[in-house]
Amino acid sequence: MTLMHKFLATAAALSLSAGAAAAEPALIFDLGGKFDKSFNEAAFTGAKRWADETGGTFREIELQSEAQREQALRRFAENGNDPIIMTGFAFGNVLGEVAPDYPDTKFAIIDMVVDAPNVRSVVFNEHEGSYLVGMMAAMASESDTVGFIGGMDIPLIRKFACGYVQGVKAVKPDATVIQNMTGTTPAAWNDPVKGSELTKSQISQGADVIYAAAGGTGVGVLQTAADEGILSIGVDSNQNYMHPGKILTSMTKRVDNAVYDAMEAGADIETGIYVMGVGNEGVGYAMDEFNADLVSADMQATVDEAAAKIGSGELMVHDYMSDNACPVE
Amino acid sequence: MDLMTVLQVLDSTVRLATPLLLACLAGLFSERAGIFDIGLEGKMLAAAFFSAAVASLTGSVWLGLSAGIGASLVLSGIHGLASITFRGNQLISGVAINFLAAGMTVLIAEDWFSQGGRTPSLFGGGRFEGITLPFAEALRGVPVIGPIYYELISGHSILVYVGFLTVPLTWWILFRTRFGLRLRAVGENPAAVDTAGVSVVGLRFAAVAICGVLCGIAGAYLATGLQAGFVKDMTAGRGFIALAALIFAKWRPWYALYSCLLFGLLQAVALRYQSIEVGGLVIPVQFMDALPYILTVVILAGFVGKAIPPRAGGEPYVKER
Repeated sequence: MTLMHKFLATAAALSLSAGAAAAEPALIFDLGGKFDKSFNEAAFTGAKRWADETGGTFREIELQSEAQREQALRRFAENGNDPIIMTGFAFGNVLGEVAPDYPDTKFAIIDMVVDAPNVRSVVFNEHEGSYLVGMMAAMASESDTVGFIGGMDIPLIRKFACGYVQGVKAVKPDATVIQNMTGTTPAAWNDPVKGSELTKSQISQGADVIYAAAGGTGVGVLQTAADEGILSIGVDSNQNYMHPGKILTSMTKRVDNAVYDAMEAGADIETGIYVMGVGNEGVGYAMDEFNADLVSADMQATVDEAAAKIGSGELMVHDYMSDNACPVE
Repeated sequence: MDLMTVLQVLDSTVRLATPLLLACLAGLFSERAGIFDIGLEGKMLAAAFFSAAVASLTGSVWLGLSAGIGASLVLSGIHGLASITFRGNQLISGVAINFLAAGMTVLIAEDWFSQGGRTPSLFGGGRFEGITLPFAEALRGVPVIGPIYYELISGHSILVYVGFLTVPLTWWILFRTRFGLRLRAVGENPAAVDTAGVSVVGLRFAAVAICGVLCGIAGAYLATGLQAGFVKDMTAGRGFIALAALIFAKWRPWYALYSCLLFGLLQAVALRYQSIEVGGLVIPVQFMDALPYILTVVILAGFVGKAIPPRAGGEPYVKER
């Protein structure tokens, strides 16, 4: 009996120490891959900044297939990682099932709302950022026709499109916005050839500024726009450097700040819905030496004014996802 | 819809059909010799990566093209070794090549360039530029013919013209040369070829090598002609659409051209118009995207003419003792 007790005590001590030692945060990248120059890379940048500043370490995994979502989540949770951060709306359903099984572990999901007591749902007001770059596109356009190229046809990308159109129309009510989605399967995120063809097609229809919200497909859009001598707008990370002087601006989504904040808070992370918008610098537009010549002081002043109004709540940009409809086309 | 719009859609068709056509003819050589090849996608992907990587490192697109063809040939060699020499299952070998290429390209790209599985953007001599055919500028003003010649026929990269010239060349090799006759025979009845004293293994390896070269050109066109660099998984299923086109063409070169142009046209139209209205009926873009596969299934089911694959296709040849 005493022997049994001893064993049990040792086992308990072991499990306790294992839990304490591994209380490091974990980060799960979505299928786009860690270095997608965009969304996931921004998450990695935030995590790295946290690690560099605090000297902490974090666990990470890049998903290779849909089936790994639940597996990766459960593994990190069993391992005692806390908080567990994941990037991408696609984790929504899986997290909804997994989170209740680990009530003592905190989760943070970006781009999706999951209603559970131990989950922080970080959502971005992409429509607000898209509104701002839409205004810039309209001001920079000479043909009064601008384009939008989305990746996979999902409500989130329609939210980008809707905000963009509203921004364009706010400056030039008569402007035409040509909208295209690359496809309806995840392959639409990685098809630069289709991105190029869509860009050429929009140019032939008169577009002279094109906004790409399409992951890897966007690389083809920006490339073709630069080749054909028109302006383009990047997305998620600051992509201005990719074609200096050819990219008007980038709609930045500070996923890095979201990840940084979550890691900074550690296991004491506040749960619930956490909105990052223009007001708290969660989204915005990028200015640097590569696009300084393209954006006049006037343009910047107009956009900044709109940004201030959105921040103060004076100007409401319609969110496509609130009612799955867009007031303007 | 005016002439310019039609021309732009057709122009886009040519660009989209070229990689399909090259891959389709690659598959045609291989399958006519009795080696099924579902690894077209993987070979194109590997070629796309190595052509972009070498073009970016050396600044020469021609070295890039050679590297792409080389990489595709190596994968072809592996497929040949597994399915001809060791008589393995050709489908499994093809699937393995697809996985190998998908993983290997990103891994090497990350190691060489640290840009997240991409190559740096190519510029200048690292890309195939469109070439303007003679008299294109002069004829531009001529009504109808001028725009057609200038917009549609001229201005593509040289690989497009190579692709289209490969069609008559393939027909001539397969149906007018001794090598072609033997190659077709080895796909129908390898024992007869063997009895005649011709090496089945040698012929099949030759076919697989030609397949490698054509896939290499297709991949290089994607990365250095259409695009300016490699992006992870950039073939986006084109190898499989090419296979569908091959079945649709019933393993014949001219039909391969038509089916690839048809599939290219479907893609181009789907890209230009998000939804099409025909007499009050709205055709969604998803249907256009799925149409190549639907047509292939219809053909395979035997509703519109029967598609009969080469008789010895998929079977390793075992010499009788």
